[in-house]
Amino acid sequence: MIKTRIIPCLLLKDGRCVKGINFSNYRDVGHPITNAKIYDAQGADELIFLDIAASTEKRKILIDIVEKTADECFMPLTVGGGIRSLEDIGNLLRAGADKISVNTIALEDPKFISESSRKYGKQCIVVSIDYKLNDKKELEVFTHGGTKPAGKSPFDWAIEAANLGAGEILLTNIDKEGTRGGYDIGAIRKISDSVNIPIIASGGAGSLEDLKRGVEEGHASAVSLASILHFTDQNVIKARNYLSTHGIDVRTDA
Amino acid sequence: MLAVIDYKMGNIRSVAKAFELLGADVIITSKAGDIEKAERLVLPGVGAFSDGMRNLKELNLINILNKEIVNNKKPFLGICLGMQLLAKESEEFGRHEGLGWVDAEIKGFKFENNKLKVPHVGWNNINIKKPNDLFGGIKNSAEFYFVHSYYMFCKEEIITADCDYGIRFAAAIRQDNIFATQFHPEKSQTTGLKLLNNFLNWKGL
Repeated sequence: MIKTRIIPCLLLKDGRCVKGINFSNYRDVGHPITNAKIYDAQGADELIFLDIAASTEKRKILIDIVEKTADECFMPLTVGGGIRSLEDIGNLLRAGADKISVNTIALEDPKFISESSRKYGKQCIVVSIDYKLNDKKELEVFTHGGTKPAGKSPFDWAIEAANLGAGEILLTNIDKEGTRGGYDIGAIRKISDSVNIPIIASGGAGSLEDLKRGVEEGHASAVSLASILHFTDQNVIKARNYLSTHGIDVRTDA
Repeated sequence: MLAVIDYKMGNIRSVAKAFELLGADVIITSKAGDIEKAERLVLPGVGAFSDGMRNLKELNLINILNKEIVNNKKPFLGICLGMQLLAKESEEFGRHEGLGWVDAEIKGFKFENNKLKVPHVGWNNINIKKPNDLFGGIKNSAEFYFVHSYYMFCKEEIITADCDYGIRFAAAIRQDNIFATQFHPEKSQTTGLKLLNNFLNWKGL
C-alpha cells in the first residue's frame, strides 16, 4: 500500500536556504543543492522548495536551483513561491519540478486552481494554505508571509480548493511554524477527514513523535520537516526508522 | 542514441538527465528525423490525456511514432501519461481516443466514502508478475514513486507488474518492444535508475 511520505521542506531566499520562526527572523541554513543532495541520499520521499522572496525579477534564481537539483536528485520535487500564471508553472515543470505549490494567486483567483489543474493535471497542483489565529481568536488564512489576512477559514478554503481541482494541500500553521512544538493536530485532522485529497502536515515538527502524531492522530498523508532537520540531530533516516518501528507504513527500500 | 520525445507535456528534463547520468547519448526532440535515427524511444509526460494526444497530433508525431515503434519495433519506454496514451481511449474529461497500440482504456480512481485519497501520490510497492530483463536486479516488491489519478485497465497478459491502491492496477505493461510504467522511474531514486539502466540494455525482444 501507499507509504506515508517524509518530506523535507526548504525555504529559499535569494538563492540560499533560510529558516525562521512564525514566518519571521530568518537565518541562513545552507545551500539549496547541497541540502537537497543530503536529503536525497537519506532517501527523503519528496522535496519541497518554497521561494519566500519570489518575484518576477528573481524568478531565474529559482529556476536555476530547480534545474540543478533535478539534474542531480532523481526524486520528486514540489516547487512554489510567487506563482502568478500558468506560464510560471510551465517554466518550473520544464526546469524539473513535478508539482507546483500555489498560494496567493489561488486565493485571489480561485479559478486559477481549476485552470492549472486542467492544464497540468490535478496531481501537479498543490495548494499551500498558511493560517494562524487572527485578532478574533479564530483560525484564518494569511498570505504575504503571514501579514495579510485572506478572510477565509482554512477549513472552508481547503474544501473549496479540493473541489476546484487541487491535487494536494500543504497545510501550515504559522503560529507553530519554526517553533518545534508539534503540528496543529486538530486542524490537520479536521481537514484531512473533510477532503479526499492528500494533506501534507506542516509547521511545528520538533520531535520524531510529532511526525507520528501528524500521521496517526492528524491523518496526514505526508509530513513536512524543516527546523527538526536544520536545528536538531534528527534526520530523514532516523525519522523513517522511528515511524516504521511505530507501525506506520513508510518506505523500506530507501 | 536515445530520443526522449518532447511533446510539451510536463517534466521531461528529469528523464533525459537520468539517462545521461547512466551514460546514454540522449536527445530531447520532436523531430521526425531524430526519431528515425534513434535506437530507443522514450515517451514521458504528465498532464491531461486529451492535451497529450492533441500535442502529438499538432507536432505530427503520430505517424513517425507508429512507424518506428509499431512497425520497426524499436525498444520503447512510456512513462505515466506516456503509458496511458498507448491505450485505445480514456475517460479523463470526456471520451478521448489514444494511440491505440495497446488494447486498453484509461479509467479514473473512484472510491466510495473517500476511503482512499485521489490522486494516488507517493511511494508504493509494485508486485512483479512477469519478471523480465527490465526488472533485472529489482526486487519483487520494490517501491516506486507514483503520482496519478487515472490508470490503465487492460488484459492480464500484458501486465508485468501491478500495484495495490484500493484496486490492483497495472503498474507496468509490456507488449513486444513496448514497455511502459505508470510510476516514475526517473523519480524513484536508485531503484528507478536501475530500471532505466535495464531499459538501455534491453533489445525489446
